[in-house]
Amino acid sequence: MARRMLLSGNEAIVYGALDAGCRFYAGYPITPSSEIMHLMAKEMPRVGGVFIQAEDELAAINMVIGASWGGLKSMTATSGPGLSLMQEGIGYAVMTETPLVIVDVMRTGPATGQATKPAQGDLMQARWGRHGDQYLVVLAAQDPQEAYDLVIEAFNIAEELRTPVILLIDEFIGHGREVVVVGKDVVIKNRRLPPPSGEWMPFDSEDPRQASPMPLLGKGYYVLVTGSTHNEYGYRDVHSFETHYRLVKRIKEKIIGNLDKMPKPIVLGKPDDAETAIVCFGSVCRSAREAFYKLRERGFRMVFVRLRTLWPLDYDHLSRILDNVEAVIVPELSLGQLIHDVREAVDTSTRVIGVNKVGGGLPIYPSEIIKVVKEACRK
Amino acid sequence: MSMPIHPSRRYLREETLPTAFCPGCYNGIVMNALFQAFKEMGVEDLRDYVFVSGIGCSSWIPSPYIKADSIHTLHGRAIPVATGVKLSRPELNVVVIAGDGDLASIGGNHLLHAARRNMDLVVVMINNLVYGMTRGQLAPTTPRGMKTITTPYGNPENPFDVARLLGYTEANYVARWCVCNYIQLKNSFKEVFTRIKRGFRFIEVYAPCITYVVRREKKSPGEKLKELMRRCIPLKKYYSLLDNERGDKIPIGVYKAEDKPGFLENYRAYIRKAMEG
Ligand SMILES: Cc1ncc(C[n+]2csc(CCOP(=O)(O)OP(=O)(O)O)c2C)c(N)n1
Ligand SMILES: [Mg+2]
Repeated sequence: MARRMLLSGNEAIVYGALDAGCRFYAGYPITPSSEIMHLMAKEMPRVGGVFIQAEDELAAINMVIGASWGGLKSMTATSGPGLSLMQEGIGYAVMTETPLVIVDVMRTGPATGQATKPAQGDLMQARWGRHGDQYLVVLAAQDPQEAYDLVIEAFNIAEELRTPVILLIDEFIGHGREVVVVGKDVVIKNRRLPPPSGEWMPFDSEDPRQASPMPLLGKGYYVLVTGSTHNEYGYRDVHSFETHYRLVKRIKEKIIGNLDKMPKPIVLGKPDDAETAIVCFGSVCRSAREAFYKLRERGFRMVFVRLRTLWPLDYDHLSRILDNVEAVIVPELSLGQLIHDVREAVDTSTRVIGVNKVGGGLPIYPSEIIKVVKEACRK
Repeated sequence: MSMPIHPSRRYLREETLPTAFCPGCYNGIVMNALFQAFKEMGVEDLRDYVFVSGIGCSSWIPSPYIKADSIHTLHGRAIPVATGVKLSRPELNVVVIAGDGDLASIGGNHLLHAARRNMDLVVVMINNLVYGMTRGQLAPTTPRGMKTITTPYGNPENPFDVARLLGYTEANYVARWCVCNYIQLKNSFKEVFTRIKRGFRFIEVYAPCITYVVRREKKSPGEKLKELMRRCIPLKKYYSLLDNERGDKIPIGVYKAEDKPGFLENYRAYIRKAMEG
């Protein structure tokens, strides 16, 4: 039954996760994500789930991995410094194809930075923060409602593709309070279990886009889970080229090949007759959208692209949208990370201009974006 | 005429044998003691057991050799993964087997906190005095003065007495045995699976690395075992000696054996409160 609630983004994450079937939470307190943990501590025991405050983020992510193999939908939440500590564990989850969800409520960095202030500087560490060839899914929400919706999506993707999924929000969204509709008819997906009989492999799949069935512990499967390179049955093979290459290629293909399962970008305006584009993700999209509407009112030919899936990124789709524009404006609460993707999606004649601002809890104002667009159009 | 089948084979993934351990490695003694305990307990197969290990030679004991569910985790992270497994599946016996470096150095924080929580796990720490897998570097258990590849002039640091340390925590059961105390080690395994079935149960096995400790001393595995038998003394006696009287003695025995409710039972009571409230 749908209900309207006044929720912060952090609170919306908790209700979304519980509605998605999450029954295990382990975490370590860190601003500005802690309210997720506080509400989980209250709600999780009420639904008979497990909540544990871990001794550090290394423990948190590894407890989540263990609980996921135990069969529970599992998650943690953190902010930049905690995500950095979790990276080795996230790589392990990629390699062992362990479904789990990590919410990163972004703050400024590096190091302790400004702990209470929003930023968007974790895009690259979410996507690439681990060693080796590793592919996972990174989503981004723009407001509490979308945080609720996308955390459910995150669990669905994690379970269906047997992969870690990172959901990015930031301090603005985490602490901003808005009306959120919860408990709509949400579609819930669960991991594929081994067939009752016949041949199956826990770590391979004929169709690389499909995840292998995930065996449950304690059922006599004699599961072998290892972060070392392993063959289709889980046996370690740390020497052969074929086994390693096949494994990392398959995991890559499973993520990159499933673009159609990922939340789509929101596009406003007509790409065909636009001169200028704005590409953005997360909380910044709200200023950017306002800038877009104002500029359009004043006769600027604009297209607005709001990305909700940051990895895998549909470069072809982005390229098609940006095909005709002369300039792309990329506002970010960082010194510029998404801008590199945009450069990759357009040809060299297209100007790509960042609007970058970070620190002090300041947003990027629509006026700042409008100014840059106007300057770009004058040239 | 059919060959008699070794009683331990049903607990092993035979296709993975022989093991990759160095000739003479004492890990085999630990495996045998564990399997004999299972046999005496009447355990037919290990489907109710989940083994979790870290990174290091000793972590290979369960993965891939033991025929049970096993999770070979990152270096140092066996205990948190095992905690996640146990909390999600309380009905399973969750057993950690890992090295002294793994559990007491890189994973040291988890060891202390799992003991503080009296988490319902069995943890077996193979103390081979060094980092065996990575060629014998200093471990947090390396005795003072011992030469390793990273302390070529003799270890200037103090080691942890891990069992004694955990004896001061909320853990239910803490024991140290040497590989030369085969019967006591086997009985200790039985104890933590049958008599004290809850809370944090820790068994340290003193098992000097055959390659980077014993061979450096120019001893054979058998000679070393004889030496260890001479050096092992009951822990009560050991700790009553003055520092300068302890010499090369190794304290063995049970540091504590209690049967308090573990984390899970306390958490269940907590959940009941949440549901009533
Ligand atoms: C994060 C990380 N750091 C370092 C290593 C390298 N490494 C592998 S095993 C090991 C030490 C193992 O020692 P111990 O836990 O005592 O096990 P043993 O081999 O002695 O049984 C080290 C340092 C690693 N795998 N991961
Ligand atoms: Mg060691």
